[in-house]
Amino acid sequence: MKKALEDHVATFPAVQEQPASPAAPRRMALNMGPQHPSTHGVLRIMIELEGETIVSAEPDIGFLHTGIEKQCEHLTWHKATTLTDRVDYLANLSNNLVYALAVEKLLQIEIPPRAQWMRVMMTEFSRLNSHLVWLGTHALDIGAMSVFFYCFRERENILRITEMFSGQRMMTSYIRIGGLALEPPRNWQHVVGKFIRAFPSNVDQYEELLNSNPIWMRRTQGVGFVPLEDMLDLGVTGPMVRAAGLNWDIRKSEPYSSYEKFDFDVPVHTENDVFARYRVRLEEMRQSARIITQALEGMPEGPYQADAPHVVLPDREKMKTQMEALIYHFKIVTEGFRVPAGEAYQCIEAPRGEIGYYVVSDGTSNPYRVHMRTPSFANLQVLAPMLRGELIADSIAALGSMDFVLGDTDR
Amino acid sequence: MNHDAILETLETLGERTCIVDPGRIVDLCRHLKDEEQFNRLSTVTAVDWHPAEPRFEVVYHLHSTVRNQRLRLKCRLGGADPEIDSVTGVWRGANWYEREVFDMFGIKFRNHPNLTRILMPVDWEGYPLRKDYPVHGYKYSYPND
Repeated sequence: MKKALEDHVATFPAVQEQPASPAAPRRMALNMGPQHPSTHGVLRIMIELEGETIVSAEPDIGFLHTGIEKQCEHLTWHKATTLTDRVDYLANLSNNLVYALAVEKLLQIEIPPRAQWMRVMMTEFSRLNSHLVWLGTHALDIGAMSVFFYCFRERENILRITEMFSGQRMMTSYIRIGGLALEPPRNWQHVVGKFIRAFPSNVDQYEELLNSNPIWMRRTQGVGFVPLEDMLDLGVTGPMVRAAGLNWDIRKSEPYSSYEKFDFDVPVHTENDVFARYRVRLEEMRQSARIITQALEGMPEGPYQADAPHVVLPDREKMKTQMEALIYHFKIVTEGFRVPAGEAYQCIEAPRGEIGYYVVSDGTSNPYRVHMRTPSFANLQVLAPMLRGELIADSIAALGSMDFVLGDTDR
Repeated sequence: MNHDAILETLETLGERTCIVDPGRIVDLCRHLKDEEQFNRLSTVTAVDWHPAEPRFEVVYHLHSTVRNQRLRLKCRLGGADPEIDSVTGVWRGANWYEREVFDMFGIKFRNHPNLTRILMPVDWEGYPLRKDYPVHGYKYSYPND
């Protein structure tokens, strides 16, 4: 029996001898993506492996490029708002806000306090939404399955709230140039209040689920380290640099949309690993809940749109009774409003870092140029130094901790 | 902020813009990073003013987390074979932004480590964000569009 097996094995083709020279170790090229589930979108990473250790990792992007910047140039200023939703589909309200702020800077119009506070509240909801999706999927990648269901339970409630305000779950276009798209719905305080009172205990629940999980702790601690100087040099922003010890949040350093009136902390950690990034984002969710609570309690009364009839679409009722309102409506809808020639750069703190819109006008009713400085694009540049020298299994944790959205990267 | 590479300084809408001599951009960026603490390069982009000349503006947005300040640098380049020095030696983060500008506008960056297309396919013809590039159509342009 044993002899027969040996004879059978002897008929196998000879296994090729590997080069024995230590100077030329055998390396393997591994193509991760563009459809690998852990890359959350269409990102391709070309990895060179030596055993299980990553020697080099080169990201390849552009699979989701849809030419949004080019399309903006061929729409009126108002219509381009709808494209900003599609840049980062998890932080659409942040993109709406930064575009509106940049154009309002050129138009030099004053936004009433109620609209400003409402903008703060809605962008904080979009931060919660984005962080919840991140936490659920990141934990799922590492193998903690149940967190995903809890996170998406809360996310569903947030999407219902955005639907209640704007009529849309994801592509809201709620923040428009000159204010908000619609008047806040009746009884919104009740719905938002109910959600936000329950939310902090939910965050505690996720934390308890993960921090008491030894697999999660071991797979995230000490993984994905990149020095802070390298991160700043490569243009990384947001929770990644705050987990590396830099206390920099645009909401505090360059306040916009009356963020200076809100009381919140900027969480900072110094460990600079996957676990620190998780702690920063978890703490940010608690701070966002604080901001929403303050917005709910102190929401000013007044109009939700600026007093700028040449920019803001008139009220339906006025159109039926006032000639001027009808004329403005016709002008804005058919040819759009003109924006004085000039340029403006506006940046805000989005869930993933600094979103900056550089808007150029030549005085017509179309944007001459809209450049979107998106956080995912810049943050992805740190991928190569972060993965170098890591184990292939840790690359999943490191990738997840960067929290990129490929729509945001490729635009 | 005084440097002989700065041709003109403008203040508009609370933002400072410096028009810079394109040949001296690396010198100036090195100076701003080392002496003036502009430790971050926020973004690099370009604007096409076709058919005006100089046709292209390469726009750099700098940020200092130490001084909490922002600064915009602009270099004007002619339409025929636009070229400028790469600032990847100053901030490594310029790498992808300069590739994007090359990809979208066809502006070449000298001394760039890997100047290839980044968003469009490698065999793409034309530069999509140029003003004479059509929005509609594939490989064909419609003269009346």
